[in-house]
Amino acid sequence: MAAYRISPALQRVLHAVKHAAFRSRCCIIVSRAQYSTVYDHNEKTFDKILIANRGEIACRVMKTCKKMGIKTVAVHSDVDANAVHVKMADEAVCVGPAPTSKSYLNMDAIMNAIRQTGAQAVHPGYGFLSENKEFAKRLAAEGVSFIGPDTHAIQAMGDKIESKLIAKAAKVNTIPGFDGVVKDADEAVRIANEIGYPVMIKASAGGGGKGMRIAWNDEETREGFRFSSQEAASSFGDDRLLIEKFIDNPRHIEIQVLADKHGNALWLNERECSIQRRNQKVVEEAPSTFLDPETRRAMGEQAVSLAKAVNYSSAGTVEFLVDSRKNFYFLEMNTRLQVEHPITECITGLDLVQQMIRIAKGFPLQHTQAEIPINGWAIESRVYAEDPYKSFGLPSIGRLSQYQEPLNLHNVRVDSGIEEGSDISIYYDPMISKLVTYGATRAEALKKMEDALDNYVIRGVTHNIPLLREIIVHPRFISGDISTKFLPEVYPEGFKGHQLTATGRKELLATAASLFVAAQLRAQKFLGDLRVSNTQQERRSWELCVELEKGVHMLGVSRSGFMTFILKVEIDGDKLEVSSDWNLASPLLTVTLNGIHRTLQCLSRNAAGEISLQYLGTTFKLRVLSKLAAALSVHMPEKVPEDTSSILRSPMPGTVVAVSVKAGDTVAEGQEICVIEAMKMQNSMTAAKTAKVRSVHCKPGETVGEGDLLVELE
Amino acid sequence: MAALAAVRRCRVLLHGAVKSSFRGSPSQPRSYSAGRLSVQERIERKRQAALVGGGQKRIDAQHGRGKLTARERVALLLDPDSFVEYDAFVEHRCSDFGMEADHNKFPGDSVVTGQGRINGRLVYVFSQDFTVFGGSLSGAHAQKICKIMDQAMLVGAPVIGLNDSGGARIQEGVESLAGYADIFLRNVMASGVVPQISLIMGPCAGGAVYSPALTDFTFMVKDTSYLFITGPDVVKSVTNEDVTQEELGGAKTHTAVSGVAHKAFENDIDALLNLREFFNFLPLSNKDPSPVTECHDPSDRLVPGLDTLVPLESTKAYDMLDVIHSIVDERDFFEIMPNYAKNIVVGFARMNGRTVGIVGNQPKVASGESKAPIRYQHLISKLYYCCLDINSSVKGARFVRFCDAFNVPIITFVDVPGFLPGTAQEYGGIIRHGAKLLYAFAEATVPKITIITRKAYGGAYDVMSSKHLRGDVNYAWPSAEVAVMGAKGAVQIIFRGKNNQADAEAEYVEKFANPFPAAVRGFVDDIVVPSTTRRRICRDLEVLATKKQTNPWKKHANVPL
Repeated sequence: MAAYRISPALQRVLHAVKHAAFRSRCCIIVSRAQYSTVYDHNEKTFDKILIANRGEIACRVMKTCKKMGIKTVAVHSDVDANAVHVKMADEAVCVGPAPTSKSYLNMDAIMNAIRQTGAQAVHPGYGFLSENKEFAKRLAAEGVSFIGPDTHAIQAMGDKIESKLIAKAAKVNTIPGFDGVVKDADEAVRIANEIGYPVMIKASAGGGGKGMRIAWNDEETREGFRFSSQEAASSFGDDRLLIEKFIDNPRHIEIQVLADKHGNALWLNERECSIQRRNQKVVEEAPSTFLDPETRRAMGEQAVSLAKAVNYSSAGTVEFLVDSRKNFYFLEMNTRLQVEHPITECITGLDLVQQMIRIAKGFPLQHTQAEIPINGWAIESRVYAEDPYKSFGLPSIGRLSQYQEPLNLHNVRVDSGIEEGSDISIYYDPMISKLVTYGATRAEALKKMEDALDNYVIRGVTHNIPLLREIIVHPRFISGDISTKFLPEVYPEGFKGHQLTATGRKELLATAASLFVAAQLRAQKFLGDLRVSNTQQERRSWELCVELEKGVHMLGVSRSGFMTFILKVEIDGDKLEVSSDWNLASPLLTVTLNGIHRTLQCLSRNAAGEISLQYLGTTFKLRVLSKLAAALSVHMPEKVPEDTSSILRSPMPGTVVAVSVKAGDTVAEGQEICVIEAMKMQNSMTAAKTAKVRSVHCKPGETVGEGDLLVELE
Repeated sequence: MAALAAVRRCRVLLHGAVKSSFRGSPSQPRSYSAGRLSVQERIERKRQAALVGGGQKRIDAQHGRGKLTARERVALLLDPDSFVEYDAFVEHRCSDFGMEADHNKFPGDSVVTGQGRINGRLVYVFSQDFTVFGGSLSGAHAQKICKIMDQAMLVGAPVIGLNDSGGARIQEGVESLAGYADIFLRNVMASGVVPQISLIMGPCAGGAVYSPALTDFTFMVKDTSYLFITGPDVVKSVTNEDVTQEELGGAKTHTAVSGVAHKAFENDIDALLNLREFFNFLPLSNKDPSPVTECHDPSDRLVPGLDTLVPLESTKAYDMLDVIHSIVDERDFFEIMPNYAKNIVVGFARMNGRTVGIVGNQPKVASGESKAPIRYQHLISKLYYCCLDINSSVKGARFVRFCDAFNVPIITFVDVPGFLPGTAQEYGGIIRHGAKLLYAFAEATVPKITIITRKAYGGAYDVMSSKHLRGDVNYAWPSAEVAVMGAKGAVQIIFRGKNNQADAEAEYVEKFANPFPAAVRGFVDDIVVPSTTRRRICRDLEVLATKKQTNPWKKHANVPL
């Protein structure tokens, strides 16, 4: 038996060989994942395109422009002067101060930028002016091409009510109980009662899930009406609302369409976008596990017929709600490039931005429906600067003090518009990047996503990687049993992070203890110092006490031979061999625990033995102490934390929109105290207990930082 | 058995920490007489007695206060099994007030002294034992401390004092005072020869405070340590002020208001573990070079984030700690006085493994912020962000002088619009105190590298380790502005009362609000891309490692105190 045992060193060699083989296999897949589109330089499109957007989508569009040999113009606000999209562009024009209404939505300034730079076409990206018919009109008036559909289609599909009428006429399935424009709260309640609860309320002009609220009774309808109309007014300058039947347990599946100016239209398969929080997408995949070829074809054909009905040209997305019996209902059509378009690009091999540019110039489609493949599987995780432990994600801001995308892995695509040193500010969307992984199968793509999330280094802002990492390994997600209610159903108490298994706990403890020992050993290495003791024996074993989640564990760590990179750890009778290069400067910590490779991240480590490790996405706080220090720590006084029930602090940075109380008022538990707006989202802050208001420290219009004192109760 | 006997023998009745009378318990007669025991047994018994200090009851009381015993502290501070104790048999020599009784004698008296290792490097330690007469300082106690300090000077090794003492041994009278003075003298003699560190882990009042004050660094433990000349009772009787111990001399007061202490830690364990970490930054003596440890952070690492860090608007703030953390090895920065005069940042870090001292103006914090009441904060103009003021000058000067004394290279990050104007500053003596920082940078002969990140205006430009004060390598980032003052003020003076102020301002900005005026004169050696700063500094330090520079012979210099 012993003769067959492979030494650890040999094991590592074997592993390296296996790994190398795996890599070469990946390379073959990579070639499939790349765009199959040929960038034909003889096909003359535009000389110069202005991208009326910022962040990752501006960068995304510029990448294709560069491939097509087109010069690019960036527009930016003054705070974005150093942004990545500005650096990437051939030219850049400042269009105003930070608030979007004064810069990225400032049509006059953008029109000036177009004239000034002589751009022949404008790509609007998504959001901002992408579905603004006024903008498209003004461009047309100046003879500048709008890279998107024509004004008619934008107008028809941009209006939720009209779009449904057109959809009905085009024989597209629509949601029952659909109604019209709402004047006031009473009318909202009347309409809601006619339809029957639950109902959904949202801004007519708004895209995506922003401003969408669900009401289960009259009171919630009134509240929903108030918030939605406010948001509609502030975000779109149009306070029309839409109330319709809310479908229980739905899936959100959308069809990507591509149509040219010659009456040709294609459907490029579906994207499953059911994993959402507050009606905003978090994880998307293509294709969907739920659709059979017949349903896919039926949805695709309806989407195409809708596109044709409005003479659609360019890339567009038809969103459907799909119920558990695979009935699908038209939701809306987005007349722009979607955030999640990369996953469609991965499985079809098409470069959608290139197609949009070609179509805008008037070229016909290059493909027939039969040529549109589903190659492999692609998953997209939206990495946000937000705290997933607060209602699945409240925005956070900050400076990316360290930032490293997992591009060292194959079959990983990261669409981002930020870099190390960038600021995530309160003015714009808190998205850090779109992390896309690809594989021949769904399982492969998911495994790659795990690795990519583990290798993604983001420091300086709170991010949602803990949540993303948990979603993609959840049994319900893996089995494909998802709906738009996935998050509230799976985490009814709110997201609490990864729950450690017994094995996971041991891995984590062993890693922390080994890291501690590695740091201790290095602390004794003074180079060229003749005054370090020669008589003192180098330590070979440590008895350590590791605290994790209020549990205390005794660990024995020992070195084998002179090799410092392999440590043997004993926990509760179990033995683990931990090996690593123990590079204490690297943000990534790659360890092998009994032969299993793990990538952890050491977020912080201090002299008092406190170590923060990101393990399986979630950050765990550990404390490693020597046996002596641990024994003595029983004498240390307990520090009493501040009582927070009478203090209301801002949970995120933002602007105070309204303050509903003044000093001396008595508030009931749960009563609204003030409203904070951040990233275009209004958040009602409520009292944690019934009490009298002692003092108010904020007023409407003020900007507040995370943790700033808002109101004090008695 | 022997230990138990010792514990019983040491059980004495003490009322409060420093009460003047110590009575023996009549029910505890001596269980042996010297003659009936062999020397070996007596050695053993004394040793055992020394280990338990004032006895289990007092040890329990010490633990009850959330504090560790003197020996527990030493054990945590030093490498395992490295402590070599001196003078465990020393006893006090007082014969008044019943102190001569055997039960009032404790082998080792109220302090544990010796030497040991921290990560293999030699250090001398004394640790006051609060369980013996409240850690009060007797002649013997002082003598023990002096002994290790003398030896530390002979071999060139740092001294760490763990202070936990009720004050003078009142029974001994002037002997105790003499003891303090003996220690003070040694503190002064050792100053600049070996690093001296004080960690206040309990009370430290009256004359006792001057020993920590004379050492290079004073650290405190939050909630359990106090430093003051006179306690709250005396304060009440003299000035009629009501003040608690914590408010008068707690860790928060001394780290944020008075600037007496350099840093505070959560508890004893936290403090001692941090002290071990801190010790690794220090050279052992003024004859030893700045230590170099194994480093995993590549010396040529680029820091792309720095290229966009300095805001385009010159009045907008940024955090100098972001600059420091991203440039130094492994983002590991041991900040000194993080809560005092926050408009200047000082502390230790490593570059390619070698300890360096970092000094940086902090544009994030308004000068005089800690002094101005909240309601006046808005009056502090943005212009005066990161100005040098009295407190920041003194904080910076003391740190620079430590680095220079112990061969630690100094890296200075400059963004300073000048000295803080105002009557408060002038009446407080900003001229005298500002001169300290100027003096410290000028006299320093260690390698000095300076990076001007943005503003370097007026006299403050000269002060902040400029080329003119023998800066070895002075860099400017492209965002640097070296000028006599900001454009607005300058134009008002140059073109007093004339029109076209705006044009003149623009001309001034064009001429001076950039690094060229300094670069063409050679006052900065190069204009560097911020992201390459780490690489440049690491290379420069390698070159400057052999720098030799001496100041003219003098008995000692006369720093403007």
